[in-house]
Amino acid sequence: MKTKINNNICGGLYTKKVLETFKNPHNYGKIKNADGIGKVGNIVCGDVMWLYIKVGKDEVIKDIKFETFGCVAAISTSSIITDLVKGKTIKQALKITKDDIIKSLGGLPKIKYHCSVLAVDALIEAIYDYFSKNKKEITADLKKKHEIIQKSKDIIDKKYEKWTK
Amino acid sequence: MKKIYLDYAATTPVDKRVAKAMEPFLSEKFGNTMSLHSFGQEAKFVLDQSRQVLADMISAKPNEIIFTGSATESNNLALKGIAFNMPKSRYARHIIISSIEHPCIIESAEWLKSQGFEITKLPVDKYGMVNPKDIEREIKPETILVSVIHASNEIGTIQKIAEIGKICRKKGVYFHTDASQSFGKIPIDVKKMNIDLLTASSHKIYGPKGAGLLYVREGIKIVPLLHGGGQENGLRSSTVNVPAIVGFAKAAEICKKEMRPKGYPENKRLTSLRDKLIKSVLKIKNSHLNGSPPTNFEVKAGGRKLGLYPASKLVGGKSQNRLANNANFWFDFIEGESLIMQLDLEGIACSTGSACSSFKLEPSHVLLATGLKPQEAHGSLRVSLGRFTTEKEVDQLIEVLPKIIKKIRKISPFK
Repeated sequence: MKTKINNNICGGLYTKKVLETFKNPHNYGKIKNADGIGKVGNIVCGDVMWLYIKVGKDEVIKDIKFETFGCVAAISTSSIITDLVKGKTIKQALKITKDDIIKSLGGLPKIKYHCSVLAVDALIEAIYDYFSKNKKEITADLKKKHEIIQKSKDIIDKKYEKWTK
Repeated sequence: MKKIYLDYAATTPVDKRVAKAMEPFLSEKFGNTMSLHSFGQEAKFVLDQSRQVLADMISAKPNEIIFTGSATESNNLALKGIAFNMPKSRYARHIIISSIEHPCIIESAEWLKSQGFEITKLPVDKYGMVNPKDIEREIKPETILVSVIHASNEIGTIQKIAEIGKICRKKGVYFHTDASQSFGKIPIDVKKMNIDLLTASSHKIYGPKGAGLLYVREGIKIVPLLHGGGQENGLRSSTVNVPAIVGFAKAAEICKKEMRPKGYPENKRLTSLRDKLIKSVLKIKNSHLNGSPPTNFEVKAGGRKLGLYPASKLVGGKSQNRLANNANFWFDFIEGESLIMQLDLEGIACSTGSACSSFKLEPSHVLLATGLKPQEAHGSLRVSLGRFTTEKEVDQLIEVLPKIIKKIRKISPFK
């Protein structure tokens, strides 16, 4: 009989890769004069992720850094997305999905999938920020994604207003 | 790397003396307590003996002790057993619990609510203390049971159990206390404290997992959760787990002999280790203590200065209201799961009330009840010491913790 591992339990079920990344995260810190910044998450929920990008010639993301308040999964996904994005063009970077992140980490407990979503959202927000600051054309698809992220952020911020004010 | 275990409130290792006492009952003395032959008699004899030892721990009679499989089962049996004791419960359907109970009390109460019972959850103050006057006020003619945890598993706060017991007895309402964290550590006298039902656990006192007990005062009727062969006076059918119960009794005996002789040397030892830890940890920038301030130094809790506390007799829980082995902190801009895992990478095992480490992704209800905001509760760290904790181990934590906090804050956008 095949036994099924309960993916809802965290703690002992982080993969080796997640724990390694958590122990030695890459690219953390702030980029001064960043070209774009993406800020997602809410401190009441327990994860806040900020991504900074520096964009070079031919829309290549030549530098990316993160600052994250959160659990093991939040820090690992933050680090992994910086690895995945660095050196890529914006067009390529926008193709990165939560599944790419989960795969790069050798898996995540299901209860922590939202951390990989948060990392993708932070990247979208950073790129959106870069486009709008530089008055560049924003595709309908990116605009829509940005609006969805903002909308859910507003709902959460409002929900937790009593704790943050 | 030698691992350091500072999570004794979660569970404890089985004491070698306990394991030795259990051993014969795993193989050669394996009888069923219900059997008539000599194998059964042998098992029954040792079961009675164990029952006597455990009853003596709380000044109860042996026939008032029901063995169960866990403290969770005992707590379920206490609440549901009283609630469904018809016909009284047909009209009297009100139960009072505190807001800092263990989930097995809260969830049992929630389930009873779905079955038509009314549940009142009492608030606590910033130290996690229930005000006995609140209980007196909340008791009404329909109230059948009050259940308040003796010592908090998270913040170590010890409740005024005797005072609550007195009120309940006066009002004619049954009083249950979950003593999982206090049994074997601080003295309990069910008669003097007017306790009607009490839960205790084996694996918190260096006994094996899989054994618990519920004390039910003589004359109080409860209904069983498990029906069957009629073991434990018909209140808990199941073949009796003799080896675990023998271990439970041996563990209690050791506690009585070594931890609670005159002067409470073990509590004194743990108190001084704990206070050293608290003093050192509170030197970390933006760190705070959860629960009751322990001793004669100025401490902060939730950013508030709590003033000086007298160095009164730090024994037996008589003049302090915090378990000797419990310390609980929170740190600004720190997420607890990350903290626990960083400590684990250094070989130190502790625990947190952060949402990210729970199945429900909700922060500790205990810390929220003491007035912490969720983002503050995320940054909590529970350190619980035990029989095998050495000063060297505590020193190791004191050395490592500030570095880890610094590292996590470096990654965080908030500083």
